[in-house]
Order: sequence, then structure tokens, then C-alpha cells
Amino acid sequence: MSSRDKILAVIKNNQPEQRELPSLVPPAAGGSADPAKQFVEVLEAIGGRAYIVSGWERVGTILREEYTADKRIVSGCEGLGFMMGAVDDPHSLENVELAVLEAHFGVAENGACWITEDRMIERALPFITQNLALVIHKKDIVPTMQEAYQRIADAAYGFGTFIAGPSKTADIEQSLVLGAHGPRSMTVFLIDEGMSDAGFY
Amino acid sequence: MRVGLFIPCYVDQLYPQVGIATLHLLEKYGCEVDYPADQTCCGQPMANSGFEHLTQGCNDLFIKNFSDYDYIVCPSGSCTLHIKEHLHGSHGEGDADPATSVRKKIYELVEFLTDVLKVESIEASFPHKVGLHQSCHGQRGLKLAQMTELVAPPFSKPEKLLKMVKGIELIDLTRKDECCGFGGTFCVAEEAVSVKMGKDRVADHVHHGAEYITGADMSCLMHLEGILRRQKSSIRVKHIAEILDSKG
Amino acid sequence: MSKQDHAALADAFNKDEPRVDWHDKTLWFVREKRDKAVFKVPEWEWLRETASQIKNNVLSNLSEYLMQFEDQATRNGIIVHWAADAKEHNEIVYGLLKKHGVDKMVKSKSMLTEECHLNEFLAEQGIDVVDTDLGERVVQLAGEPPSHIVLPCIHKKKEEIGEIFHEHLGTPAGNADPQFLTHAARLHLREKFLTRKAALTGVNFAVAETGEFVVCTNEGNADMGAHLADIHIACMGIEKLIPLRKHLGVFLRLLTRSATGQPITTYSSHFRRPRPGQEMHIVLVDNGRSVQLGKKDFRNSLKCIRCAACFNTCPVYRRSGGHSYHTAVAGPIGSILSPNLDMKKYADLPFASTLCGSCSNVCPVKIDIHDQLYKWRQVIVQEGYAPVAKKMAMKTMNWVLSNPSVYHTAGKAGRWFMLNAPFTVNNGLNPWWKGRDMPEVPKESFGQWYKRNRK
Repeated sequence: MSSRDKILAVIKNNQPEQRELPSLVPPAAGGSADPAKQFVEVLEAIGGRAYIVSGWERVGTILREEYTADKRIVSGCEGLGFMMGAVDDPHSLENVELAVLEAHFGVAENGACWITEDRMIERALPFITQNLALVIHKKDIVPTMQEAYQRIADAAYGFGTFIAGPSKTADIEQSLVLGAHGPRSMTVFLIDEGMSDAGFY
Repeated sequence: MRVGLFIPCYVDQLYPQVGIATLHLLEKYGCEVDYPADQTCCGQPMANSGFEHLTQGCNDLFIKNFSDYDYIVCPSGSCTLHIKEHLHGSHGEGDADPATSVRKKIYELVEFLTDVLKVESIEASFPHKVGLHQSCHGQRGLKLAQMTELVAPPFSKPEKLLKMVKGIELIDLTRKDECCGFGGTFCVAEEAVSVKMGKDRVADHVHHGAEYITGADMSCLMHLEGILRRQKSSIRVKHIAEILDSKG
Repeated sequence: MSKQDHAALADAFNKDEPRVDWHDKTLWFVREKRDKAVFKVPEWEWLRETASQIKNNVLSNLSEYLMQFEDQATRNGIIVHWAADAKEHNEIVYGLLKKHGVDKMVKSKSMLTEECHLNEFLAEQGIDVVDTDLGERVVQLAGEPPSHIVLPCIHKKKEEIGEIFHEHLGTPAGNADPQFLTHAARLHLREKFLTRKAALTGVNFAVAETGEFVVCTNEGNADMGAHLADIHIACMGIEKLIPLRKHLGVFLRLLTRSATGQPITTYSSHFRRPRPGQEMHIVLVDNGRSVQLGKKDFRNSLKCIRCAACFNTCPVYRRSGGHSYHTAVAGPIGSILSPNLDMKKYADLPFASTLCGSCSNVCPVKIDIHDQLYKWRQVIVQEGYAPVAKKMAMKTMNWVLSNPSVYHTAGKAGRWFMLNAPFTVNNGLNPWWKGRDMPEVPKESFGQWYKRNRK
């Protein structure tokens, strides 16, 4: 008898009697009245930056102001006008200074963005880059993780992740330090089609 | 209303004034109180040490002494909780077990005053700064007060009663419901941690200017008192029954 | 009891009172952060109840969910292994590394691998494992086990970490700046991520419905390891399953708020298929869990999501430190899990508590921890692991307390000694007396007063 069969046999014998799954409907309508506002507040509290912009052009302008031409910037966003193709070896991304990627949506309660590998170019990219920028649409912010999974539904990604702010640790005497192993900074651009002029938050 | 008075073993032997104050309070509010002379202990010291199987003698004695009252009242949250959760007769299940009805009618003093007697005023005066120690079993077990762990509305039965006392000033605490470290045989089996926990509780009360430390469990107070007296502190402990029974 | 039990180790820990104060305040601070975070979620108690019920459902259908997970994961290209115990787990991991000709690996946090003593085993086989979670790396370099399942080096002061980094990473002597030290670790570990071909991660949640598993980190080290490695091995206790993907919407709201007071970890990575060209393995480990499942009083401990909220709130843990529990998973949850693994070795742990109940009320999945501590005490005594002296004392106590006349006599005698011969109790043989004065002795008991005044 394999370990698998032995383990399953003992478990089957020891399982308690059936307990049904609960309803996932919360007691009252949760979440803030203004998810985008809450998203920005939480993101900034966890060390991220947020810009509310009118469109892709504005994203490009801001990034060009912050990053000089000698830094390696890669983009996974068609809207920016330049996009990197697939790479042979994720190790070659080691010197990326900034990666700009388009995420699916944001979550107001925790400032996180959901992104799947089809938008990452390489799985390693959002982690190996020194700085990360994600672009979402302001209308695509859900209140809580429960609504987040309603949106994800049964998507058949190979890899996906929620990213909330820059990489961090407080392992040394509870002192918060940004930039542990992943990106040292994290910026979210929220495109608001309703904005008439370029202006940022 | 016939009330059987249950006095914890260590209160009986070492803090009789708490039993006297409890008796006075119950009589003041119209109860006919009787103290069964043959009572000893609820059995908790043994049960909490893993020797629940040795407590049948205590259980039977308790059932024998207290079955016939309308209510059983005890000035101790932990003893009351232990009876409520662990009292078992030597035979019978459910309603056939004589322990079942006993468990349903036992009350700790504070909850008896607020929930059964529904006391709205107290003729007592205690013009001092008092720190309320929130004993764990009474609070988390008997729900005498809300616990800081839960996202739920605050309430406190002991505070409600204490606020009726003339002149009393209840102080705030930095950690409102941290355990004092007594824990039954823990107080000697894990002496270092027990004393450290007690010292930290005392320091919290000292920091906020307490003249007295009160609570609904004399075991906690006995432990804190031992530390206070070792420190030659001027702070005294007083069981809540004594404060509620103080002269008006 | 022996020198190695919790009471003895805690006693040693308490010799340095200022350090105990520092350790206690640091962990209480984490509890306070937790409180701030959860009070922002009005439906928090509903989330706890929901998570608790989901986990109850998991336990009652564990074999079915495990088979469903295995089926789904396999379809997705993940290779599933089963390990009955720690030894088998270690051998499976070693076998995979050997097959790939790997002798260096990066590992992100996995308490399961601590439980199995994987690092030591692999070291004996000549495989170098670098723990990449900053706190884990600190204790690894210090040659110690972690003292907390979420904050591995919470027992270490920054000056001590500075010294460790100076010795092993070449940082300047005396530098204790967390920012500087973290940056040094970033560079040091980045080199490992970029050069090692094998990565091992833990698993926070595995979803039966989809065959995916989720790994949560603040640092990004699990991802840095996995996405650069040719082989990713994920190790998981069999109880870490949840039935449906959408249940993550409940658990990911509870986990990090309970653990550190953050709304979510920086990264919550969902692994469903291997990267093209990569091998992805998952090792499902039993190691006593199926046995615990059969124990009506203790099976709820298997609902644990390893958040450590119980550690942070426990007044005993804060004042004794994780190493006093001499087990991989310490704190209140460790005290109800460990006796199942080895009752003799861990007989002391359920007694390292005042049963205050704080742990049960911060637990995001509503494990009745303090009730289980009480119940383990009964089992441990019945199995014969109580010290003889304690047994004798309890038998005596039972005799006294079951007989009113003996009780009255004993009480009178005790009070007489305390009043007239205080040296018989106020001495070094009386453990109470070490740190506290004895109570004052009244001239009569309540019973005597009542008899005199009321009968």
C-alpha cells in the first residue's frame, strides 16, 4: 500500500461527520462608499504611491520624468507605445530598473492589484525589477477580496498574484523597511477616463 | 428567593470578609440566604491540573449541598465557571443528572446582582481611585464584560455596579484585560512567568494611580496582593463585594 | 520536571527582566496592530465564523478534497507526492534534488519543513539550503530555530542581528540600522536567487476545486526563488486545503490582519501551473495529522492557518519566548498540536498556560484552544505523564476536599501554622513565597464566623 493510500484510508476513517459549507453573503453591505479613495489611502499607508491620470499618455509622461534614459525600463503595456516581448531566460531581467505592467483590477480594502502571468511578460518580472508600476482603470476597483474573487471567477491562469505596495519586512525589531527582496517602490496609476485634463493625485 | 451561598475554599479560609460582604449584599437586596456548612471546594484546582477524574467526590458533595436552592451565588468567576462547565453527577445524563439543574442556577455575584436582582442603585461610598482587574474566567467565560479581542460593543457588569458607588474614581489601564498570571497551580508550577505577569499588572495599576485594586475573583487579587506586599506598596486589594458593601 | 521543560526554560528566560519586558512589549505591539486592523472590518466576527465553518467542512471531507486537489493539480502539470511522515517528506525532497543534480537550494518560509527538520537532513546529504525569509536567514546564520512562526527572529535585538550580519555577511561592526541590514540581506540573497536552480516554498492555502496553491509573503522571496528556479517544490500539511477558490476571499481577509495587522501581505501568489520548462512539485505531508483528525476533542486544531495571533496575545508566550516551548510551532496552538506528535516530550506544554482564553478569541478560525489545553491536561495525566509528586499532592487534595471535617481541620491547621510559625511557609521550599508574600491570616474562617453569628 502506498503512502497515499495509507494516508487516505486513515483520513477517511477519522473524518468527523459532515458539516455543511456556510453562506458567503456578509451580514451587511460592506466596503467604503468611495472604493477608489479608500484604495489610494490604503496604498499610500502601506508605502505605495498612487497617481490618478486621464490616460496612457499621462502615465508615460510621469514615468519619463522619474526615470532617466540610462535606466532599463520594460513595459508590458500596449497603451504605453512600447512593449517587451517574451524573454528566453528570466535571469536576463536582473538589471531591470522599472517594470510597467497592466493589472486587472484593484482592491480597496487593502490597496492590492490582481495581475496574471499573461500580463507579466515573465513571472519573475514583477519581483525582480527594482521598481514596479501597475496600471489599472479607476472604475476597476472592488471593495473587498470577496468581490475580487467574484471577478476572478474561474479564470484559468497558470500564475497570478495580488500585489499590495512595495516589498517589505519588519523582521528586525518590528522596524518597517521597504524593499526586502522584491521591488523597492511600487506605483499604481489609476486611469480615470472621466478626467478631462491631465492632472495627478 | 432562596439562595445557597457558595464560598470558594480559599475565600473561606483566608478572606472571610469577602464572604461576609457577599452575604450582606444578598440580604440587602431581599434574598433569603443560607450557607451549607458542609461545602468545601468546586474541584477546579484538581481539574485544571489534569486530575478531573479525581473530582467526583467534590462534585457529589457540591450537588448534595446545593441542589435545593432557587439560586446558588458565588463571589468568584472562576469557581462559578468551573461548576457551570464541569459539574457532573456520578450517574445519569442530561436531565437525569442531578448536576444539570445545579449548573443552570449557579451565578457569580456580579452577574447575579445585575441580571437577576437587576440592581439599579447601591448605598455605598468608596471615595478612592480604584483599578478594576478583569479576571479572565469571569470575563471571557461568564461574559461579565466585553473582551478586547472581539469586534463587538463594549459592556461591563462590574463597572456598571462600581459606578453606582459614591465617590469612586475608576482608573483607566493600558492593558484592560490581560491575565494576572495566577492560573491555579500555574502560580507555583510556572512561578517565574506567574510572578512576572502579576508584577506587570501591578505596574499598570501603579502607573495609573490606583489606591485600590478590585475584581470579582479573590484568587487574582490574592496573587496581586502577594506582589504588592512584597513591594511594600501602599496599594490594597479589595474584592468587589467589599466595595459594594462599604458603608454609605 | 526536567531542565528542558517549559517551566525551567521560562524560568531561565525570566532571569533577564528588562529583556522580558522588551520581548513582551514588542509582541504586544503586534497584538495592538492586529486590533487596529480588525476593528476596521465591521463584519470581522462574521468572517471568523465563516472561516471556521469552511474549515469544519474541510475536516469532514478531507479525503475527498485531497483527492480532488491531487486530480486538479496533476491535470495542470503539477507533480503530487504523498509523505506519511517527516522522514518520508525529507527523502522525497532530497530525491527530487538529487535527480536534478542540485546541491544548493533557496527556501522560503515553511513551518512544515521546520517540523520535519528538513534543513538538517539535507545538510547531512551535502545539500546547502539558504533560508530567504529575512528573519529565517537571521536565525539560520545564528544556528537557532525560529522562535515565532511568522516573526522568526522576534527574540533578537537589532544589535544582535547586526553582529550576526557582520560575522556572516561582512557588514560593518556595530551597525544595527534595520534599513542598512535589510539592504545588505537583499544583496546577499539576490545573489542566491539568481544562481540557484531549485526553490522550496511553503503553502498557505491549497484549493481543491482548482488544484492551485497560494503562497503569501511580504518580502517576495518565495516568488524570487520559484520564478527563477528550474524546479519548484512546495511542501504542505494535508490540512491546509480549502474547498473553493472563492473561499480565498474570506481567508485572505483574515490571515494577515490576524498575523501582523496588515490588510494583506505584499504578495499573495497563486501557483496553478508550472512555468514552461519548469518542474513544479507539491509534497502533501501527514506526519500525525490524520491521527489528530480522529480525536474528537483535538481535531479542531487542524483548522489552523498559522497566523500566530494566538502567540502575540498569549501573556505566557510573550514572557517566556518561543524557544521555551522546545518545538517547531510554539505558543498556544503549538501546545495543542505537539502532544499529538510526542506526548511524552511535550507533556509540559498544555500546562504552560493560565487558561485565560485570549487565544481562542483572536483565532481567525475559532479554534477552541484554551478548552483543548484543559482537555490535553486530562489526557496527559491519564496516560501517566504527570510527575509523581503532583499525583500525590492531588490525591491528598481530593481526600481533603471530599470530606468536610478533614477540610475544616486542615484549614484550621494551615492557618495556625501560617499565624504562629510563619517560617514553616515563608521559606525557599515554598515556591509561592519566592516572589510574593503569603496572605494575611484571619482569626477565623468564613464558615466559623457564620456558625458563630448566624446559626
